[in-house]
Amino acid sequence: MAMKYNWDWSVVLCRAPEQAAAVTGGSGAQLPGGVSALAGGAAQTFDTGAHCAQPYFDWIVSGLGWTVVVSIFAWMIAFTVGSVVGVARTLDQPWVRRGATAYVELFRNVPLLVQMFLWFFVVPELLPKETGHFLKRQLPLPEYWTAIVCLGFYHASRTAEQVRAGIESIPRGQTYAALAMGLTTPQVYRYVLLPVSYRIIIPPLTSDFMGIFKNSSVGLTIGVLELTAQSRQIAEYTFNIFEVFTVTTVLYMLITLIVSTIMRFVEKRLHIPGTIALGGN
Amino acid sequence: MFGAFDYQVVIRNLHLLWDGMQITFLLTGVAIVGGILFGTILALMRLSRFMVLSFLAGRYVDAFRSTPLILVIFWFYFAVPIVVGRPIGDLYSVLIAFTLFEAAYYSEIIRAGIQSIRMPQIHAGLALGLTRWQTTKTIVLPQAFRNMVPVLLTQAIVLFQDTSLVYVVGLKDFLTAADLVAARDNRVVELYLFTAVVYFILCWLGSLLVRRLQRQYAI
Repeated sequence: MAMKYNWDWSVVLCRAPEQAAAVTGGSGAQLPGGVSALAGGAAQTFDTGAHCAQPYFDWIVSGLGWTVVVSIFAWMIAFTVGSVVGVARTLDQPWVRRGATAYVELFRNVPLLVQMFLWFFVVPELLPKETGHFLKRQLPLPEYWTAIVCLGFYHASRTAEQVRAGIESIPRGQTYAALAMGLTTPQVYRYVLLPVSYRIIIPPLTSDFMGIFKNSSVGLTIGVLELTAQSRQIAEYTFNIFEVFTVTTVLYMLITLIVSTIMRFVEKRLHIPGTIALGGN
Repeated sequence: MFGAFDYQVVIRNLHLLWDGMQITFLLTGVAIVGGILFGTILALMRLSRFMVLSFLAGRYVDAFRSTPLILVIFWFYFAVPIVVGRPIGDLYSVLIAFTLFEAAYYSEIIRAGIQSIRMPQIHAGLALGLTRWQTTKTIVLPQAFRNMVPVLLTQAIVLFQDTSLVYVVGLKDFLTAADLVAARDNRVVELYLFTAVVYFILCWLGSLLVRRLQRQYAI
């Protein structure tokens, strides 16, 4: 390959001088827990070079942290709003159903990036003046809140579709039986429909949860310094793109692996005895 | 703050927005065609009897499906010029990124479509004296694709929305064009709302088409 490129894996281990000095050296496998020890040892050798102008390792860690925080908060919104909208789509009142359907269509048919811009640039202008001013000037970390809300409402439309599919997969007879026993409609959902449908939809909910982690990278367009944003910044500072992007890609894969492992455990724990196990692969 | 709504700004700059939309359509078209072609190859590899092929295709799909599209765009935006040894232009690196990324998603759809064809049909084909490749080409794939049309189209709508992410490398697609006009004329509200409405109408019409096809193609 006629490629001019200076490989240097140590850039991803660059730390701030005082922090690097504080950490005593150590070796170990490059596992989530072992990274800091390894980096501490390596940084003492490498942080004098010109390429270590910035603590790139700390940038990656902070980016990873924001990716996780933003995604988890966004998932909470998505799960709550999505459950309400999903249930609303199965209710008998036509106007409730229509409203919920409109929500799903609206949020599914506009690209996430456009929604991000709408929440960040347009919504504060359309709100009353004081509220808009608060959002733009007084709220601390406005980009992060906006990204969380935007991701949450965007993914809620997907969660809603899954909740609806889960509820609709339960035979109507169960609803009739519950109503005949004297349960009210909220009780039917609380005790009969939702406990079963949530369990059925764990696999699609899992892949959507992974989708939130991936989509949180869209937050970089409004200034959220999450993992992808930090890795681009390091790539632009050092030109060691292969090293930086490899580390970032591996971190995203690890997130996917961890989420799918946890969710498989949850699925097993909540599995209803006597039913076919879903998501066999 | 902003004055009254100025719809004229959209009409005045319609030619710029249309230029952007053409890039969006080009990206979508190339990624659909390239993604389906390469995705079919990946799906056949995944289902192949040769373990090496199936393993490679599986890891490829896993890798792309667990990476955010923006990161993939950055990968190719920064890496392709270094590997090739000269700048090849933003458009080409983005086209490569989209095709390879979407192929991973298409291959999963196509794999499911192929697996929906019942084994006796394949046995019948082989019993008639067709080779494995002939069976795949003349019996399995035509039926599989017919079953897949609605899902493939749904993925195309997702892909159409995803192309807006080329904004991160400054390629002048529809959204980026709108963004440039918005910044120049200081008309953020009008242009972003217009962008959202256009995307909504196109994707919503697409989803209506999917629903019609689902009814038509149901076997």
